[in-house]
Amino acid sequence: MDNSMDLGYGADDKELKFVGKRTNRPDGVDKVTGRARFGADARLPGMLYGKILRSPHAHARIISIDTSKAQMLSGVKAVVTRDDFEDRDSEFVPAGEMMVNYRDMIRNIMAREKVLYDGHAVAAVAATSIKIAKQALKLIDVTYEVLPHVIDVVEAMAPGAPLLHDDLFTDGVEPKPTKPSNVAKRLEFNMGDIASGFAEADEILEKTFDTKPVHQGYIEPHSCLASFSENGSAELWCSTQGQYLVRAHCSKLVGMEISKLRVTPSEIGGGFGGKTVVFIEPVALALSKKTYRPVKITMTRDEVFRSSGPTSGGNVRVKIGITKDGKIMACEAELKYQAGAFQGSSVQPGCMCAFAPYDIANVNVIGWDVLSNRPKVAAYRAPGAPVSEYAVECVIDELAERIGMDPVDFRLKNAAKEGTQTAYGPKFGPIGFVEVLEATKALDHYKIPLGPNQGRGIGSGFWFNIGGETCVNLNVNEDGTLTLITGSPDIGGSRASMCNMAAEELGIDVRLINPIIADTSVLGFNFLSAGSRTTFACGLATIEAARNAIENMRKRVAQLWDIPLDAVVWEDGAARPASSNAGVFEPMTLPEIAKIAPKTGGPIAGHAEINAQGAGPGFGTHMVDVEVDKETGHVKVLRYTVIQDAGKAIHPSFVEGQYQGGAVQCIGWALNEEYVYGEDGRLQNSGFLDYRIPLASDLPMIDTKIVEVPNPNHPYGVRGVGETPIIPGLAAMSNAISNALGLRMTELPMSPPKVLKAIKEASV
Amino acid sequence: MVKVILSGTISQMAGGETEMEVEATSVRQIFRHLQERFPNIKSHMVDDISVAIDGSVFQDAWLEKVTENSEVYLLPRIGGG
Repeated sequence: MDNSMDLGYGADDKELKFVGKRTNRPDGVDKVTGRARFGADARLPGMLYGKILRSPHAHARIISIDTSKAQMLSGVKAVVTRDDFEDRDSEFVPAGEMMVNYRDMIRNIMAREKVLYDGHAVAAVAATSIKIAKQALKLIDVTYEVLPHVIDVVEAMAPGAPLLHDDLFTDGVEPKPTKPSNVAKRLEFNMGDIASGFAEADEILEKTFDTKPVHQGYIEPHSCLASFSENGSAELWCSTQGQYLVRAHCSKLVGMEISKLRVTPSEIGGGFGGKTVVFIEPVALALSKKTYRPVKITMTRDEVFRSSGPTSGGNVRVKIGITKDGKIMACEAELKYQAGAFQGSSVQPGCMCAFAPYDIANVNVIGWDVLSNRPKVAAYRAPGAPVSEYAVECVIDELAERIGMDPVDFRLKNAAKEGTQTAYGPKFGPIGFVEVLEATKALDHYKIPLGPNQGRGIGSGFWFNIGGETCVNLNVNEDGTLTLITGSPDIGGSRASMCNMAAEELGIDVRLINPIIADTSVLGFNFLSAGSRTTFACGLATIEAARNAIENMRKRVAQLWDIPLDAVVWEDGAARPASSNAGVFEPMTLPEIAKIAPKTGGPIAGHAEINAQGAGPGFGTHMVDVEVDKETGHVKVLRYTVIQDAGKAIHPSFVEGQYQGGAVQCIGWALNEEYVYGEDGRLQNSGFLDYRIPLASDLPMIDTKIVEVPNPNHPYGVRGVGETPIIPGLAAMSNAISNALGLRMTELPMSPPKVLKAIKEASV
Repeated sequence: MVKVILSGTISQMAGGETEMEVEATSVRQIFRHLQERFPNIKSHMVDDISVAIDGSVFQDAWLEKVTENSEVYLLPRIGGG
């Protein structure tokens, strides 16, 4: 984006008609009537069904794979194994906007030398029915040499731990190790003088916390349909947060030019970061390439849990020193994050976010990226941040209590504000953490008395937010309606938000704009719907496209009126003379201009191709009341409020939805969710009956408070709100339970057996 | 001269260097200088760097201008879920 571009007025400059309003969701009717097409709804004539054979071992060498019997089965049209995917060098290369090691990715979608986790793909078949495909999987004979495995992150770091990759040497340590290990990388962030800071502290608290990898828990399993043509081109329909990244990865993995692959995103039944990578898509393409027939693969829930990415869990040690009056003097943390079977955990953003909400002079954070025999992790809202900030927020709460200071006042005293230097690099511009904390303190929720066995907790969180590459087309149709074409899958109501902004710019009824999510052949590259970027970046592009369309319409009218362009202004959906000096003309409305477009130069449209910069950081605080049943260990959530700076809520309902969804995921992560592995390294709870995400009946209404401190880099002040809501809740829940019980639990999830154990241990 | 501060892993890539002054008018020129001074930093590593210019974070902004008084932080690329 040209940062010097004049993006015009801000929210305060005039009354807004559509921005900030709860307009109808354009895709709402199709969603509630079942007409909307999700990943598994795609089908084509002659379609085959793909199924994937998965490893029953956590760690084993593949001695041989014999597919001959499966290929002989009637109805089986193709079988693929590791031999059908060309190997790649171990090198991180740009893919879209991401750095990807395709050697790892190709081994994750189809195991080569070894299987590295329970559920790792080993072979795949395409057959005329699902039943035949399943039968064929049973006929594939894989000979394994079973190897020792390791699941826990600390055990994986220990000397002598089972080694996943014998060519992995820890990066970031000197001297460079001569022996391979499961530790891929060491990171360090420093600011100030940590020793001096602790020397000046009156109170120092150090604790270690443990969290488990958890799944994103999207309700819609991964599903795709691939169709390869004899002419070397292919089409792919799939449920994804980014069709352009799917195209980038698949074209590389299958070996084809980007222009030959057209990817269409379906509606998406949840992603939360877990649908930013590929698992089954390259496999379906490979099967289709062998048969030149469409091949559809849909994961079962068991496959989703065993084979798609959870987020990192971690072991986090935090040490904080404060003065008697509550000033934080020094902070130290060591983060050990699960990466799964291949390097690339979210430890880096975990390090960067850990202490970012606070103005601290002396900081040291060390991070370790650690492999173990689990599925390779994928992004999950604010990847890495919940784990580190949970530990920090728990220690902060205890320190506040230790010096008898209100926990909100403690945070206010140390809160980052405009100009605060962060440990990860930049100084903050205008941010709204202080306003969030002040809004928290003003809530009735903060003052309601608690009953027996009840506790209240708060936690705060920070996330960067990003912009990125975005293209938008806005076509003015012959009847005066508009078609808004974006390349960002709608994962949280972005269609409505984009329409609100376009209508505001154009000065027309929002219902005249029909939003379309395009396939990869329609627009230039669009980055993922991720990183809390869509409303910010796609919004910027939408605004620019609308202004471009307006300028094009003004040009037409100026030519018709035979006056200069700057003598024509656009107001309330019509071109008007800028002043009486421009001449006397009746305003021309958008439909009138559209109607005569063929006679004034042809179709009218607005375009924007930008790399959006200047995302505004997000800060939030969660407050929760719980009641603990000391006989059963059950924790009931009584009341929950999310307070967060949105910059500007373009569509308040969807901002509230993001806040509420994040809070619910926090509750699940804090109370129940975890992968349970047996001694054999196999996952034992690969279904929603045993992997317990919160249900509506477990939850109170999640209250929300939208704080608006505008981001100066967006015309309406948007910051992005998708990531921050999953950060503060882990600590808020932990602090509430601690408040209720008078004891501190340092391990998630705080499930009933663990709560009972903690009560029992405390009473001894 | 532009003051360039290296953060976290970027500093590690540069052998522990945390600060340098370079003559540059754009982000791309800062990256070129970084690679010339630290040959171990490969091109793909530079692709994984964000910059903060006077407090505003930029990603993939080679052509972004910096001025003589700019304070530029090089930091790891930021993603999201």
